[in-house]
Amino acid sequence: MIAHFIGVLFDGFAYGMLLFVLSVGLSVTLGMMNFINLAHGSFAMIGGYTAVTLMQAAGVPFLLTLPAAFLIAAAASVVLERALYRRLYRATDLDQSLLTIGIVFVSIAVAAWLFGTTQQPVELPSYLRGYVTLAGIDLGVYRLFLVAVALIITLALVAGLEYTRFGAQVRAAVDNQRMARGLGINVDGVFALTFALGSGLAGLGGALAIEMVGLDPSFAFKFLVFVLIVVSLGGLASIRGTFAAATLLGVIDVASKYYAPQLGAFVIYLVMIAVLMWRPAGLFARR
Amino acid sequence: MDAKSPPIADPHAFLAAQVRWRPIEIAFWLATLLPFVLSPSYLVLASHVAIAALFALSLDLILGYAGIISLGHAAFFGFGAYTAGILAKAGWGEPLSGLAGGACAALLLGYVTSFIVTRVSHLSLIMVTLGICLLFYEGANRMGWLTGGDDGLQGVVMWPLLGRFDFDLYGYVAYAYALVALFVSFLAVRRLIHSPFGLSLRGIRENVRRMPAIGAPTRRRLRTAYTISAGFAGLAGALLAQTSQFVALEVLSFQRSAEILVMLVLGGAGRLYGGLVGAIIFMVARDQLADMNPQYWYFWLGLLLITVVMFLPNGILGGLAQLLARWRAS
Repeated sequence: MIAHFIGVLFDGFAYGMLLFVLSVGLSVTLGMMNFINLAHGSFAMIGGYTAVTLMQAAGVPFLLTLPAAFLIAAAASVVLERALYRRLYRATDLDQSLLTIGIVFVSIAVAAWLFGTTQQPVELPSYLRGYVTLAGIDLGVYRLFLVAVALIITLALVAGLEYTRFGAQVRAAVDNQRMARGLGINVDGVFALTFALGSGLAGLGGALAIEMVGLDPSFAFKFLVFVLIVVSLGGLASIRGTFAAATLLGVIDVASKYYAPQLGAFVIYLVMIAVLMWRPAGLFARR
Repeated sequence: MDAKSPPIADPHAFLAAQVRWRPIEIAFWLATLLPFVLSPSYLVLASHVAIAALFALSLDLILGYAGIISLGHAAFFGFGAYTAGILAKAGWGEPLSGLAGGACAALLLGYVTSFIVTRVSHLSLIMVTLGICLLFYEGANRMGWLTGGDDGLQGVVMWPLLGRFDFDLYGYVAYAYALVALFVSFLAVRRLIHSPFGLSLRGIRENVRRMPAIGAPTRRRLRTAYTISAGFAGLAGALLAQTSQFVALEVLSFQRSAEILVMLVLGGAGRLYGGLVGAIIFMVARDQLADMNPQYWYFWLGLLLITVVMFLPNGILGGLAQLLARWRAS
């Protein structure tokens, strides 16, 4: 019983780590530019389809498709940022939401046209399949791999933000954009790079997600909801907050699916509304 | 009102000029009668257009005038639709009281949720409205014994309208019914928008910090607007349930919330007729493209959204008004 409970906790944690990789980029870019980017899930989907295509068409091993997913998603985001996003930085919330919802719809249609509406299969290498048993608890190898990847990314992000020059510029731009500009920081450039990094991470998350949740054209929207919940609960531009919110959401979601399957996604939405009622700026808001 | 508009010399004349009926408005409403004679085979579509127009009008009240962005307005539309549908299924098929029931249920729900919605802003606002709608979608999906779940609510039987007019297959009664409901609602919204209450809403939209300084209770005003808007959305939903005698789970979906937003923005938010014009263009375009794969329809829908945001920031009516102003100035 206890072992089963710990197993559920672990699954939830692994799922939370996946959500973290998917949403951390959005949290930082939203905090910096206040740009409501509802198309974040589309970048994740680009990463997912990149990985699947590389594996099926070119026979590239799974681990090598991950950096490719990161790069392609980041490149796509740079193109969109230059072409569309940057014109709307000072526009209203409504215009930003509409533009990015439009991008989501187009990306769903294009994915359906290119790949069909069926679930895409993914072939994991043998060393990532199966279970290891630790103190009587079965742990999925892939989930352990996921947790490890997410923890490495978290450490890299925290270290990058704390100890590099670029990280300091990002923090300055988030805290006070006008002051940062006044000090000669190229905020637009910093933002463009952060945006590419964040979208790349979403692409990586999309590639990692296929094994756990599958991949079809509705991915862009389905995960957008989860990602937005994580971001709004975690508070903007807070890596710690995003990490905590993603873990919390992952555990609640998996646990409610195990112990109260008839409730479905109900619990998540209720928790989100309740938390936003209690703390409108998120659980770990910086401001 | 634009930020650029010059100060108003005579406020009473300004208000009176806004309330006056212009010839083009009268022409517009007369034109809504044309489908009866010109295209009787499209009356079902026309009734759907009227319902969508009413729904867009309700969203305009909070989005265009009060400045509350909602990605979950379908919650009220669906709640009204299910209330009216379940009433009829349970054996009370009288249309007018069913319509009132749907609207009142949505009004009540709007009042309750308005306390949550007016507390938050920016991303949290979008998330809360979206979350409430998703909650109801999940709820309706899980409560299959009441709502029919995924298969939709079947067995809705309506009694004749006013005890005399049966809902026919061609949609004569349905369109007349929807059109009258739309027109009456439009008169109410028009009156509301031009009242001091409506002006204070626009003030809040333009500057939420300055309004309390002149004595306007912003939260309470926003709550009232949200509640009224929810009631009209419920009315539109109830109309759909009654005229199609069926309620699909899709009435609560995110797609419905997004589509109504597109219609409103396409026509022009905050312009009273924006939602109506947007609904006509959107619904007719979708009907013409319905033979195509629904996936491709989403492609065009997305492209339309991007184009409107990039090139027509005030919608079609806004663009026309700008052209007209330029033409008059030259």
